[in-house]
Amino acid sequence: MKNHIYEYRKFVIGGIALIIVLCYIARLAFLQLSNEEYKTRADNNAFLNNVIFPSRGVIYDRNGELLVYNQPAYDIMVIMREIKNLDTLDLCKTLSMTREEFDNRMKTIKDRNKNPGYSTYTQQLFLSQIPSEEFSFFQEKLFRYPGFYVRERTIRRYSTENCAHVLGDVAEVSSADVKRDEYYEPGDYIGKQGVERSYEKELRGEKGVEVLLRDARGRIQGHYQNGAFDRKPIPGKNLTLSIDIKLQQLGERLMQGKMGSIVAIEPATGEILCMVSAPSYDPHRMEGKQRGAQMLEMQRDPMKPMLNRAVSGTYPPGSTFKISQGLTFLQEGIITSSTQYPCVGGFRFGKLKLGCHAHGAPLPLVPSIATSCNSFFCWGLYNMFNNRKNYQSTQEAMTTWKDYMVSMGFGYKLGVDLPGEARGMIPNAEYYTRRLGKSWSALTVISISIGQGEVTLTPLQIANLGATVANRGYYITPHVVKAVEGGNVADSLLVKHFTKVEKKFYDIAVEGMRSAVTGGTCRAANSLQYEVCGKTGTAQNRGQDHSVFMGFAPKENPQIAIAVYVENGGFGAHYGVPIGALMMEQYINGSLSPESEKKAEAFQQKQINYGTRER
Amino acid sequence: MGQERGKRGVFLSIDWMTIALYVVLIIWGWFSVCGACYDFNNPDLFSWETNSGKQIVWAGTSLVLASVLMLIEKKFYDTAAYVIYGALMLLLIVTIIIAPDTKGSRSWLPIGSSIKLQPAEFAKFATALALGKFMGEYGFRIKKTKDISIAIALIMLPMLLIICQKETGSALVYFAFFLTLYREGMTGSLLFSGFACVVYFVVGMKFCDDYITNMPVSIGEFSVLLLAMIFSIGMVWIYCRNTLAVKILAASCLGTTCIAMLFSMYVIPFDVCYVMLGLCILMATYIIGLAIYTHIYRYALIALFAVLSTSFFYISNSILNHMAPHQRTRIEVLLGKKDDPRGAGYNVNQAKIAIGSGGLNGKGFLQGTQTKLKYVPEQHTDFIFCTVGEEEGFIGAAGVLIVYLFFIWRLIVVAERQPDTMGRIYGYCVLSIFLFHLFINVGMVLGLTPVIGIPLPFFSYGGSSLWGFTILLFIFLRMDAERNMKRQ
Repeated sequence: MKNHIYEYRKFVIGGIALIIVLCYIARLAFLQLSNEEYKTRADNNAFLNNVIFPSRGVIYDRNGELLVYNQPAYDIMVIMREIKNLDTLDLCKTLSMTREEFDNRMKTIKDRNKNPGYSTYTQQLFLSQIPSEEFSFFQEKLFRYPGFYVRERTIRRYSTENCAHVLGDVAEVSSADVKRDEYYEPGDYIGKQGVERSYEKELRGEKGVEVLLRDARGRIQGHYQNGAFDRKPIPGKNLTLSIDIKLQQLGERLMQGKMGSIVAIEPATGEILCMVSAPSYDPHRMEGKQRGAQMLEMQRDPMKPMLNRAVSGTYPPGSTFKISQGLTFLQEGIITSSTQYPCVGGFRFGKLKLGCHAHGAPLPLVPSIATSCNSFFCWGLYNMFNNRKNYQSTQEAMTTWKDYMVSMGFGYKLGVDLPGEARGMIPNAEYYTRRLGKSWSALTVISISIGQGEVTLTPLQIANLGATVANRGYYITPHVVKAVEGGNVADSLLVKHFTKVEKKFYDIAVEGMRSAVTGGTCRAANSLQYEVCGKTGTAQNRGQDHSVFMGFAPKENPQIAIAVYVENGGFGAHYGVPIGALMMEQYINGSLSPESEKKAEAFQQKQINYGTRER
Repeated sequence: MGQERGKRGVFLSIDWMTIALYVVLIIWGWFSVCGACYDFNNPDLFSWETNSGKQIVWAGTSLVLASVLMLIEKKFYDTAAYVIYGALMLLLIVTIIIAPDTKGSRSWLPIGSSIKLQPAEFAKFATALALGKFMGEYGFRIKKTKDISIAIALIMLPMLLIICQKETGSALVYFAFFLTLYREGMTGSLLFSGFACVVYFVVGMKFCDDYITNMPVSIGEFSVLLLAMIFSIGMVWIYCRNTLAVKILAASCLGTTCIAMLFSMYVIPFDVCYVMLGLCILMATYIIGLAIYTHIYRYALIALFAVLSTSFFYISNSILNHMAPHQRTRIEVLLGKKDDPRGAGYNVNQAKIAIGSGGLNGKGFLQGTQTKLKYVPEQHTDFIFCTVGEEEGFIGAAGVLIVYLFFIWRLIVVAERQPDTMGRIYGYCVLSIFLFHLFINVGMVLGLTPVIGIPLPFFSYGGSSLWGFTILLFIFLRMDAERNMKRQ
């Protein structure tokens, strides 16, 4: 029975179907053809880039002794939905935690505000960095706690109580680190101080990645395309430090109860043999979970144990600076080796009087160094700055003087491979003009000639002065890393930085330093086995004088140049010289004689009272 | 001998084009199920353990079922239509009582240990048969209130029973039968009213919290009232052809609205909707006046439409405000008012990502990551179209839609050529059901229609639905084949 009146309605119904299909095709075109957004969102959904961490390079001392290594630590993970019949009390006992701690931890894991990635199907961090000793208890019982898993990580371990400042430490990256370098992701480790920081790129290696397929519940379904996009991690390179850990150990012993620094350099190579900054701390304090609390405690300590005074501390060099003055005057022709200057209990010029101690006068350069005569170097500077034959003005003389100082490695960073190096202070003519107006003269600034006044150096720069004299006129940029595994020595470490002073004048300075040991202020450093050269310093400051020693040994083919700086230690001969002598003996002989050991014992006990003043 | 001729006759006179489209869809569907269910740990597509393996079994049994159905003569359905209908209604009632609770729904009957059947899938063909039988009877007149009421009751009964099984989605499918009623002469204004309701709801709810710039006028409210005016005036014009009334109404309603808008914009900002509400009431009163004056009852119906349209926004708004929060969220997400990628909108969002990531050519068979890694929930059943979109891309997905369009077009052609009313009505029921499933299922995956859990015929995994659709289709094909046989 045909129903013709309404047959036209088949077109309406067909039309509806057509319109629906056309609308849907248009929608498909919009979703699939017009934008890429859904594609990226799909990739983010499905691919889990599982990072595989490389092992961080370990660190040896110059004799191959292991200083820093990695130890496996364990994170305990939990998958909530797999927990079954958990004996909570037993678990708490095994992990030595209280029931409240357990409940709080579980609550934090489940709180999506604090743990945005929470899923009952995936591993959640329950406890982090459990050291292996504690972990072994847990491991034995692991089968009794279904739902609990273990994830391996490493923590940095130290086999020495010394050398904390040079070694530095690692910690989780800060958000600033992540922003600066896209290599890092939150939770990664990064070197924070010392060589851990300055050699971060070499030590860290390169992370690997596994591209895994992940389902909607976060469960892993296997490798994407059978691992075609996976990348193996490249392990970090090992470092060999130039530090001699035994020497470092002795240095730290001798500096106990004192503030200051010891830096020793192998002159021929610029390798730093020891770098003591006192007070120091035991690097073990930076291991693992406790780092944060320990850091905070040390940052609050008024003695600032975290500060590496050897490179970051700037001090008046005192009389050790006189060597650089003598060399400058010789090279500029202001004096010759026979030039004598008077000393009448010091330097007197009109009303100006700068004291000196008792010694014969007048003296030429070598005995002046030996006796550390202030007057000689004041006259030298006075004559240089007022020499109108060589320089048109005091300013020009000052500029020349400054150039000499800079050529010896003062006033700018030496470029040591450690973070936080200070540049010290070498004033120039503009500096004084700015401060004092045009009226300043040699007499106004006279104290710079004896390493006082505006002049400051870091202990490293003082040691480097010793190395320069030992080399008779050049230095190699001091550095603490002797070798990076698989790497060549950096070109910059082969460059000899010559000063503006010729070798022949250095020979005179060496004679001066030698005579200071044989018959001058450094007599305590004399040794029968090798020829020691040295120069004391007694740097004036607001409190008790700082005790300074700079020296090297042996005189010919020097093996070690050293600077000892003991804050408020009094005369250079009180602390600086004997400590320097012990250090040189240790390094050259490889050990201390029983007699010296007794001396070292005594120095270890000596304490300087610094009060509780903030420094 | 007659039987033998009948058999050959069936074979020769069957509509092979429909069969071909049916087979294409089933095979295409199987590949999609493979993609959706592929398990990295169990890559055997033919194993009974996997859904793809099972789907082969369902498809095979469907073909057997189809062959059996080809043997049952039309006369049988003609006599047994009401019995079948009654039996299935009983089965639906029994299901409500004995079915175990499966994810909140009581629609699955367990048969044996591993197989479950959903009687709701089979109630469709029974309803279609009963409807065809009833409306095909001599003397049935769709304009007669009693006849149309019984027809609608036949549709509503299974709907209610299925709602009682907590399968609202499957119940909604029965609305598809109204398309058949429309073909048979039911007034188009009813369909239009349904359409108007949907438009009012979507526009009104979506924009009810948005305001026209610098005016305290809700865009949603304003649009719904404006549409109510335009639709009502349009109906006066189309159904009553009263040009004068249309001119009066259009000039007064739209003119006053414009003046009010300008006043609000430049003089004193106020809520124009109050004016429009008043205008709507005046308009309805005027049309009622016309009805009384002219004694044409259509005016009364149009007035009713106007009143209901006007009040629709306020009623639905208050219903929405009294709904349970999770239901309201679902509606708001559907309307795009809320973005909630992890909550109510998760399914649709993931579906869009899966389809969108397919691009033009797709990622290739078994290469889709989104569907394979189970980001899209229900991906092998209700969200199967995602797999098509992801693995076969725009070309594949559009291809599926075009094949469906052909399929429905073919069913219209076959239905129209039926010699008797019952055959035609049954045919239209079949194609309306397919169209409704296509509209809702694909629309929901594309984020255009509400998330109603109904399968995409021949694609979605599952024996019940495949068998249900096969029965639905092959009863019709057998009816059609008989037409040809008679002609021979």
